[in-house]
Amino acid sequence: MKNTWIVAKRDLGSFFSSPVFYSVTTVFLILYGIVFFILLNSFSFASFQTHQLRGADIGLNLNEMVIEPSFQQMAVILLFIIPLITMRSFAEEKKSKTFALLLSSPVRLEEIILGKFLACMIVISLMMLLSGYSIGYLVFAGQPEIGPILTGYLGIFLMTGCYVSMGLFASSLTDNQIIAAVIGFGIALFIWFIGWGAQAAGPELGQVLEYLSLITHLQHFLKGLIDSSDLAYYLSFILFGLFLTHRVLESSRWR
Amino acid sequence: MIEVEQLSKSYGPREAIRNLSFQIEKGEVVGFLGPNGAGKSTTMNILSCIMPASSGSVKICGFDVFEQSLETRKLIGYLPETPPLYSDMVASDYLTFAARLRNVPSRNARSAVEQVIEKCSLKDVSNRVIGRLSKGYQQRVGIAQALIHDPDILILDEPTIGLDPIQIIEIRKLIQDLASSHTIILSSHILPEITQICKRVIIISEGEIVAVDSLESLTTRLRNGERLILKVRRSDGETIEKLRALDQTNAVVEQETGQFTIDCEPNANIQDAIAKLALDNNWGIVELKPASMTLEDIFLKLTLEENEVKP
Repeated sequence: MKNTWIVAKRDLGSFFSSPVFYSVTTVFLILYGIVFFILLNSFSFASFQTHQLRGADIGLNLNEMVIEPSFQQMAVILLFIIPLITMRSFAEEKKSKTFALLLSSPVRLEEIILGKFLACMIVISLMMLLSGYSIGYLVFAGQPEIGPILTGYLGIFLMTGCYVSMGLFASSLTDNQIIAAVIGFGIALFIWFIGWGAQAAGPELGQVLEYLSLITHLQHFLKGLIDSSDLAYYLSFILFGLFLTHRVLESSRWR
Repeated sequence: MIEVEQLSKSYGPREAIRNLSFQIEKGEVVGFLGPNGAGKSTTMNILSCIMPASSGSVKICGFDVFEQSLETRKLIGYLPETPPLYSDMVASDYLTFAARLRNVPSRNARSAVEQVIEKCSLKDVSNRVIGRLSKGYQQRVGIAQALIHDPDILILDEPTIGLDPIQIIEIRKLIQDLASSHTIILSSHILPEITQICKRVIIISEGEIVAVDSLESLTTRLRNGERLILKVRRSDGETIEKLRALDQTNAVVEQETGQFTIDCEPNANIQDAIAKLALDNNWGIVELKPASMTLEDIFLKLTLEENEVKP
């Protein structure tokens, strides 16, 4: 565990000293800011209209009209952002031959992988924290339900974990960061699309595909539900990704 | 201390090393000599637990590198062919990271870093980003990284490759200083380097050991007689005849005008005779020196006369 933190700390240092982190974070915050502004704008327009038409003070649901869709959009933006964060994890170590330092040190491969995972999660959590001004503003200015906000964040966080573990797997496959990012996008989009496929497929297959899709599981969290099957899905997804990464790295030592 | 038995490694169908067996005692400085692609790096990677062997075993201080990998790694400091440096890190931060990775407790990490900075003369650059350092300093940071946990065994893969002559001398001196307190395995394809630092050499070619011996006995055993080089200012057709007429010369060849190589019997000591001859005939000696055996010669001899050399 101590070794995991040592590895994670170095990676964090390298994130914060590289322009990649800052440019990715900036792009993320701008995109999310635009989305949030549009959602908020249309909400205030709609509530203004209902106020005028009905005259009475019928409050529209802030959670349903702004917070939920903004989380959904954030999930989409993260899909494109996270492979850029994870791409260097192993690819760069292999390219610059620094992986030899980790492999020749008394550190287990699992500890290295967990360290990299931890570093990426901390970086992305930080990005999400910076974007929290939006929800914070709503809590301050309106009266949204707090429950769904917290579960929403939990859901997004778990989904981020899935993206990261897929991204690490992609990065373990190659020593080229761009290829790692492309493979990361590919896998993430594929898992995303499965949900659409579910609607077109037959009832049994559809159900299976729907269960496999990352999105379906997020919906419950956004509505304020913590379902153990969703938790199990996300956690096993993360573990599976890390397990694959471990297999790839271990087998590349034998070749 | 290090026992290697029947070690083989293949990359797909290509065999990188075949049945290597050798032993290294505590405190020895052993040179691993071979041309590029002979399997030096592969062997070193296996010794330092980076990759497992296809077959055979390596025991370091009684620990099996494969079965007890983590224990073995604590005993070894490894400098790979390309030093494993994070170019975006400050040198001292990097060394602290390496110390923590190598299980140096955090309260001792600082003094460990200071010690290696001192040993490797990195004081001036310890606060600079590694990527901006010169190749020589980068190499030293690489060696410092291998020393940080004060390991019993140092494995250095071509530590002087790509350095300028002054840097090479400095690194060589550093390794000589370390030799007193560590067991060192050093690889190189440059013979003089090995001659200066190592007491014993393991010569490997195409994945197989061709010779394991001390350097002196290897060269004398390989040298069937001695060779001298003579350079004179004035020579004519008779010069070569007169040289050939000397006692104990086997063959005289004129390499270019005025330059001869003279093969003579072992321990012939005919320098005096040659000098006298040159003075008498007023050839004007420019140079008269023993031809040292180059790595190429040793290799050619070893690979061509393998049966003769093997004990």
